[in-house]
Amino acid sequence: MSRLIRNFVLAASLAPLLAALPACASTPAQRGLIVFQHVCAACHGMEHVDYGDMAAFGLSPDAIHNWAADQQLPNGTDDNGDPKTRPATPTDPILSPYPNEAVGRLANHGLLPPDLSRLAMTLPGGAEQIRRILLSYAPTPAGVKLDDGRYYNTALKWKHIGMPPPLQDGMLTYPDGTKSTTQQMATDVSAFLNDVAHPHVAERRRIGVYVLAYLVLMAVLTFVLQRRIWKSRP
Amino acid sequence: MPAPEKTPGWLERRLPVMSVLRREYIAFPMPRNLNALWSFGAFLMVTMAIMIASGLFLAINYTPDITQAFASVEAIDRQIPSGWFLRSLHMGGVTMLFACLYIHIARSLWYGSYKAPRELLWLTGLGMMLMVMVTAFAGYVLPWGQMSYWGATVVLNAAHTIPLIGKPVSELLLGGETLGNTALHRLFVLHFTMAFAILAVIALHVIALHVVKPNNPSGIDPVSPKQTLPFHPYYTSRDGFALCLFLMVYAGLVFFLPDLLTLADNYVQANPLVTPRDIRPEWYFAPFYAILRAVPSRLGGLLLAVGSLAVLFALPSLDRSPTRPATRRPLVRLSLPLAFLSFILLGVAGMHPPTETWLIVSRMAMAWWFIHFLVVMPLVSEREITS
Repeated sequence: MSRLIRNFVLAASLAPLLAALPACASTPAQRGLIVFQHVCAACHGMEHVDYGDMAAFGLSPDAIHNWAADQQLPNGTDDNGDPKTRPATPTDPILSPYPNEAVGRLANHGLLPPDLSRLAMTLPGGAEQIRRILLSYAPTPAGVKLDDGRYYNTALKWKHIGMPPPLQDGMLTYPDGTKSTTQQMATDVSAFLNDVAHPHVAERRRIGVYVLAYLVLMAVLTFVLQRRIWKSRP
Repeated sequence: MPAPEKTPGWLERRLPVMSVLRREYIAFPMPRNLNALWSFGAFLMVTMAIMIASGLFLAINYTPDITQAFASVEAIDRQIPSGWFLRSLHMGGVTMLFACLYIHIARSLWYGSYKAPRELLWLTGLGMMLMVMVTAFAGYVLPWGQMSYWGATVVLNAAHTIPLIGKPVSELLLGGETLGNTALHRLFVLHFTMAFAILAVIALHVIALHVVKPNNPSGIDPVSPKQTLPFHPYYTSRDGFALCLFLMVYAGLVFFLPDLLTLADNYVQANPLVTPRDIRPEWYFAPFYAILRAVPSRLGGLLLAVGSLAVLFALPSLDRSPTRPATRRPLVRLSLPLAFLSFILLGVAGMHPPTETWLIVSRMAMAWWFIHFLVVMPLVSEREITS
């Protein structure tokens, strides 16, 4: 018995070490956040997601604060009636860089870059389709005429898209040393967008395991209880 | 063990709740031969409690305004602590509620629980089902996603086909020709109010059950106390075990398969200018949606969809046979499972695009549903030989 307790105490004292692991090892979704910050955020926003929500991807409170503070948000008008801005805070949403839809369209040949909050859920094909789009750019074949601001892309039904090819090999440096190939970044950012579209998915599964384990235990106990009671019926 | 007689206490002399609880929930005589299908009433009760509790907390964080509704639901899912859990509990709860409701009703149909003396038990139950449907419809509009808006628009268009009163009444109730801010606000109030109204009808339903006592698989009511068992501990222990299994399914839906039964389109904010490629109802409304679409005339579809429920209300007078369970009625034993199958086929058809094949399936299934209740039941109950 005392050995059991000793082992338990030992295991419990190691637990914080295990919990700290994900912070240094990076997951595809965590690398995907870096791609979002450096590439996607140039045109896209996630208007329902706050900077603070990025803690789920291992971003430290300081990093969240600094990232938010780099963005300026409209903040009413000053005494002369001129528009004022303020730095964003961790509880502000990650808005698109365009102040409104008209400006967004003007900057993108009439097309508005979609919001990414739930894109991996609402786009037919989901996160996998996002990955496929990012990897399916090709030179426009001879004989195909595309309008200005349209790019040839084989992942789409109409074979073109309004988004210029966003990824290039080695365009950013991953802090964990992973090579930033186009393939790698596409995989990472689609994993990130998948998690963004399914908030709290890891926590949901983790708690779910405990809930199910508890219910299985209760089911066994109530089954035995029920059997005993019914055996003794008059 | 009989409780020792003693003078009634202070509370007992003024409000005999304790003795009533003892009589109705401990000593209450139950048939000895109930099977697992008799646990679904308990599941429904528990699900309703969870729905109301989770709904109250969702309502605290929800904003019934078309410019903010969608964002407030997103905030519940993302930023509100445990909001994702409350919302999944509420969304999964609808599925569990309807699944149990349909099984509970199917059990009553199979074992003839709607017959004398349980007609009012049956009617209060069906009334409650209608209330749950209205509540679920109103609730589905609240997140103000694309399916919320367009699903409700389909229902609204169907209601508009009611001659003379359809359009003016629905405009009066929803504050405009199409869905807008007023409609959303009113549907929120309706959703909230109906939930508590259902609680009141549950009380009626349970009181009616305790007056007429539960039916049982043999269809013959127990006559002597020897043929019964007290509710506690026999059925409390059994329902307790069944409830654990039920909650395991529920938890599986909430924690592991939250997207299984939700439509991704509803995570796009409602846009009255963009109709989704195909408008699909939630699975529990799919059978009725299939009927709406299977009939070439809109008003006809509405009438038949309503009629498919109305035949259930009329059932105690359509089926005059005193024999309760289908197991002892050879023809019903064939015809009723086909009616169940029709209901399921209608549900599957309602979730598919209306191709030629699915339209034929819906029409045949719908036909059998009505034939079973309007032709087979009255005829069979007049001339059948029961085993």
